[in-house]
Order: sequence, then structure tokens, then C-alpha cells
Amino acid sequence: MSTTIPAAPPSAPTRTRPQRRRAPVTDRARKERNLGWLLAGPAFIAMVAVTGYPILNAIWLSLFDYRLTDPAGRDFVGLGNYATILTDGLFWKQFGVTSLITVVTVSAELVLGFALAMVMHRALYLRTALRTAILVPYGIITVVSAYAWAYGFSNTYGFVNGLFGLGDYDWFGGTWSALFTVCVAEIWKTTPFMSLLLLAGLAQIPDDYLEAAKVDGATAWQRVKRVILPNMKAAIMVALLFRTLDAFRIFDSIFIMTAGAQGTETLSFLAYRQTISRVMVGLGSAVSVILAILVVLIAVMFVRVFRTDLSQQRGDRK
Amino acid sequence: MVRQRPHRRLTGSALVLFTAATALTGCGGGEGGATSLTYYIADAAQEDVAARCSTESGGAYTFNIQRLPNNAAGGREQLLRRLAAEDRSMDIVSVDPPFMAEFANAGFLRAFTGPERQEFSDGVLDGPLKQSTFRDTLYSAPLYGNTQLLWYRKSVLQKAGVDPSTGPVTWDQLIEGATRAGVTVAAQGRRNESLMVWVNALVASAGGSILQQGSENVPANEVKAGLDSAAGAAAARIMHELAVSPAAPAGFSTAGEEDSRAAFQAGNGGFMVNWPYVWAAMDAGIEEGSLPANFKDDVGWAAYPRVDAGTESASPSGGLGLSISAFSRKQDLAVEAIRCLANEQSQKEFMISAGNPAALGSVFDDPEIRDKFPMADQIRTGLDAATPRPVSPYYGDVTGAIQTAFHPPDSLSPETTPRAANDLLEAVLSNERLI
Repeated sequence: MSTTIPAAPPSAPTRTRPQRRRAPVTDRARKERNLGWLLAGPAFIAMVAVTGYPILNAIWLSLFDYRLTDPAGRDFVGLGNYATILTDGLFWKQFGVTSLITVVTVSAELVLGFALAMVMHRALYLRTALRTAILVPYGIITVVSAYAWAYGFSNTYGFVNGLFGLGDYDWFGGTWSALFTVCVAEIWKTTPFMSLLLLAGLAQIPDDYLEAAKVDGATAWQRVKRVILPNMKAAIMVALLFRTLDAFRIFDSIFIMTAGAQGTETLSFLAYRQTISRVMVGLGSAVSVILAILVVLIAVMFVRVFRTDLSQQRGDRK
Repeated sequence: MVRQRPHRRLTGSALVLFTAATALTGCGGGEGGATSLTYYIADAAQEDVAARCSTESGGAYTFNIQRLPNNAAGGREQLLRRLAAEDRSMDIVSVDPPFMAEFANAGFLRAFTGPERQEFSDGVLDGPLKQSTFRDTLYSAPLYGNTQLLWYRKSVLQKAGVDPSTGPVTWDQLIEGATRAGVTVAAQGRRNESLMVWVNALVASAGGSILQQGSENVPANEVKAGLDSAAGAAAARIMHELAVSPAAPAGFSTAGEEDSRAAFQAGNGGFMVNWPYVWAAMDAGIEEGSLPANFKDDVGWAAYPRVDAGTESASPSGGLGLSISAFSRKQDLAVEAIRCLANEQSQKEFMISAGNPAALGSVFDDPEIRDKFPMADQIRTGLDAATPRPVSPYYGDVTGAIQTAFHPPDSLSPETTPRAANDLLEAVLSNERLI
């Protein structure tokens, strides 16, 4: 454990690698390496088969004007589908909606998740029961949770309007109110996941640090700000990365709650509509490829710009 | 060599796993025996009819029942995906009529032969028959036809100053009357297939059509829309006026058929356009105790509302047809089974259990049906006058564009919506815009 108080300077994560000398590979090392390949090989091949092939196929299909119900009319259009998508206002509108939902839900989840992680970490009694209770929403299938909230916000039999005396207010009848319900459902469902990742980060902070801070007269807020948060940075970044990637691909909740009406459609919806509803496989594949590129960009941004250290979660930090 | 053994064992396990996986995926087809027909149903009541047919066949065929999603779009997507993949495990499929042209054009459905066509269209009412044929070929044996009626609460008529029982009424009269009486006019403003049904009925009632004549046989990018017209403007005006009037039930832009029924049954319910299934559904409500026992005494029905007082309305057309997959290996047996599944007795049973009107005219003369459906004659007239949704091999694009352009109803304008809808529809079909 090399973590210090305050947090290590930004240069810390770039570990200096010892100069490698080209040593002759021993018999043992070669055999271990072979065994490694043998163990990981089947999984690697399976991964390539089930993810690599569809990805390449999608990229290939995205270059065609291809309707599934009209295979004979398949035309090569090059990057034409991408031009159609990127010049259509609908794409940018849905990009905006997707980004908004991502920012709102991930921020809310971070704050709530942190609070819940603190509760789980500090709880003295009923620890297991508490953790289980907090994790229950995450154990529920997204579609089921979306239905539960759709019924909850319904203006005929929902509990929300009754609880807040809103009469027959139609939550799904307006863009903002519909987006609000979608965000509520998402936050409720995935905050436990966020808190679980943050709890792992909290558990890595040695109690000595907090005790030392206490002895030095730090207030509770100072301990959070100066000791806990800096030492959890890596865990927070990993949690944010995972959740952002997930939130950006949101589909289920919107599909169930609004079916995309009232301007609540996201980029995943755009892909669904072109590929599944319209069976325009080429155009739909192009949307999927763009969506995948955006997701990769987000990941790269986190890893490069914010220097998120993914090894942190595995606990193999030196 | 002791060290070699784990390797060999590993390779062995990998082989076993691979073989097991191949074997498992291989038996996912579920084709059953030579006499088992896989039947995709859209309504639970079809299963009872199938059970009887199977028994009556004396072992000639049995059914492996598969349930389609209970919303029209979900059913279409599942059938489309499977048929496009040439799924040989499908034999008989239940096809919502507007989607039939799309499937037939793609070569997914087996065309009925001349004599079969004669057999399955004999005695079928005009509306259901029209929507079962594509390019003068029968692709679906009509199982039931459907049309919407205007339903009203007799107790509100006097205050509203409109009486549909004495003669046809217009949408404007309904909205005005309902506003005066403080009651609602329930229609389907939800962005799904039911919105398409409403738009199509309004456009057709105003004498227009969503797609211009001859669109059936041209490539997608040459299809011309007919919405930028007086009929398109009339549809947009009525939808907007109802949505912003006090007569719109709460949650109008998210209301499907069942929400409409709930609004109609509520204390301030007045009028509703909906399919005849609501009559049977009200019975269920009375049985459960959610509706008073005499509720139906207050309910009346009439022909679908008009757009222009002087022009007869074009009521919506729906229903279900039984088609045979072009990839089925048991097509002859499937025809044999459809002879029972869609015959008069089956249609009658289905009408009683599901509340969906038969496609055969003779069923409406059955005393039991006349007793259970006092509006039988009105439905039969409606089925004959019903106007199908556009027949197009690109129906998915058409309905998607209409649902985008005509929603939410309170934002529509007779000045801008028709042209915007027209442009969107043509651009989507030409692969220039997304929906």
C-alpha cells in the first residue's frame, strides 16, 4: 500500500517500469506460457467468435442499403448510411437526450451511491440485512423495474400521484416529466451497483488514516474531503466509467415506460427502430457502429483523460 | 510424461463442451413429429379452438402453440425476424392484416391456391377479405375481422345535444357536445399502431388516403404520400382539437385501447371510439364488481363518427388472418388445419370467448351471437365499409413515419402537420431520414 495522505500526485499512476533485460526463456516459463494459452485460449476463441464476428459483420452491413424483406434490392452505398445518420436532426436530438439521461442519472447515482456505501461501511448492526436490502433493486431485472415504475407513475392506478396529491397528472404525457420518470427508474435500479463499487473503494482505506486525521482535529467533512475522497479516486472513476458506459446505452426502461414517445428516444432506440422495426439492417448497423464508437470514446476518455486505473478494482495495486 | 496429462484432459473437456453446446443448440428447433404443426397465436382464445380442431382431426395433426407478443408491433417484429431467418419450425402464423403485404412481398408466406382461395373467401365480409389479399393473391385465411364503433353513454346524450342513435354524427359535434356536457371523448392518442388506425380512419373518412394510388407496386423510393391534402389537414385538425379540448380524457397522448375503455367507464365518460371487444370486456368488469351490474344498459353504439357531415365515415379495419410460412415443411397439413381453425364454428367460438367479430357474414346470423352481441348488425355493416390501412410492402416505414409525424396529438396543426408528415414519410421510404 503506497497510498499517502493527501492523495498521490497525478504522476503517481504512471509506474516506472524496470528496464527489461532479454533473458533466455526457461523451459518452465515456456511451459507455463503454453499452459496459459491453453487455459485462456478456448475462452479467447469463443469471445472472438461471439463478439468479434458480429462486430465485423455489423461494420460490413453498415455499408449497404439493405432491407431484410427485400434481400434482392441490397445495394452497396459505402459511407452513405453514416452521412444519412449524421445529417439527420433526429440523431443529434437523441444524442442530446442520451447524454442528458447519462449525466443526470450517473451524477445522482454517484451521490446516492456514496451515501449508501458509507452507510453499508459504517453500519454496526444488521450489516448483512442492510446490504441485502440496499442491493435488492439491482437484483431486479430492468424490464421488471421499468414496469413497476411505469405502474407507479401511471395516472390511473399509480401510487405516485396519490402520494403527492397530483390527481390524474400524466407523467408520460410530456417530455420532461417522462424523462424524469425514466431517470427515477434508472437511478433506483442502478444506485446499488454504484454503491457496491464505492464500498470496495471505501474498504481499501485503512482505518489508521481516518484515526490519524481525527487525532489531528479534522472534522467529519474534512475527513471525507481530504482523506476518503482522494483515496477513493480510483474506485470512483471505475464506478463512473462502468455506469456511464451502461447509462449511455439505456434502452429497456424507455422501451417499457414511454416506448420512445414524447421525445424520450435515445441512441439505442434509434438503432432498434431502424434495425428491428424497419428491418433496414444496413442503416441500423450504421447507427449501432456509431453508438459503439461513442461508447469506446467514453471509455478512452475515462482511461486516458481521467487516468482511471482499472487494475484498482482487482486489488493488484502495488 | 506426467505433465502431459492435464493438457490431454483439458483438450478432452473442451471437446466435450463443444459437442454438448452444438448438440444443445441443435435441438432448439422444436419441430416435433410429422403431424405436429407449430402455430403462432396472437390471442389466448385461439388455443382453445386449436385444441378442439386437433381432437376433431383424430390425430391427423396436433399443435405446438407459440404465443406472439400481445401488441401489434411486437407480434410483427417477432414474425418478421423469424421469417426473414427462414425459420423452418414455423407452420401457421397469425398475421395482423396490415403487415401481411410486407411478409407476402418478401416471399415469406405461401400463397393459397385458386381452389383454396375460393374456399377461404367464400362468405367472408368485404373488409376482412380485402385485407387478406395482396396483388390479387390470397395470403391469409381471415380468422376474424374488426372494426371500430362509436360507443356512447345514453345518460349524457341529452346534455350533450348529440344523439348518434338517430343518425350519423361528426367528430366536431362529438367534441362540442362532450365539452358542453362535461364528459370525455376517448380515442387512441398513444404512439403505437392504434394511432395509425385513427389517422388512417380520419384521412379516409375525409376522402383521402395516406399513400397515393398505385403505391403498392413501386419501389420504396418512388412511393408517394397523400397526406399533404385537405384530408390530411382535416385529420390533423380533428386530432388537435380533441386533444386540446376539455373533452380529452386525462393522459390522452398516452392512451391506448384499454386506457380509452377506462376513460369511458369513468364517471365523466361520454363517448369512445373502440373495437367491439370492449363489450365483452365490460362483462368481465361487471363480473369482477368494478362496474355496476346495470352498466351496459347505459351503453349505446353507432357507426364510426364522420369527418364531413355529408360523407360516410371510413371505419377502421383490423382483424387477424392465418397464413402459412413459405418455409414450412408441412404446408398441406397446415392448409388442412386452417380449414378447421378458421371455419364458421371456430369463428363463432372465438367471437364469444375473445369478443372479436367473425370475418364470415353467416356467423352474425347465429342466434347465440345475436343474443351476446346486440350490435352484431352494426359490426357487420362496419366490416363491409371498413377501410384497411395502406397496403404496402414497406408498411413498417409507413406506420413508423405516421406515428412520428402525428404525435403528440395536441401539437398538431392543420397548416404544418400534413406537409411535414408527407415529407417525412417519403424521405423515410427513400432512406434519407430516420425514424
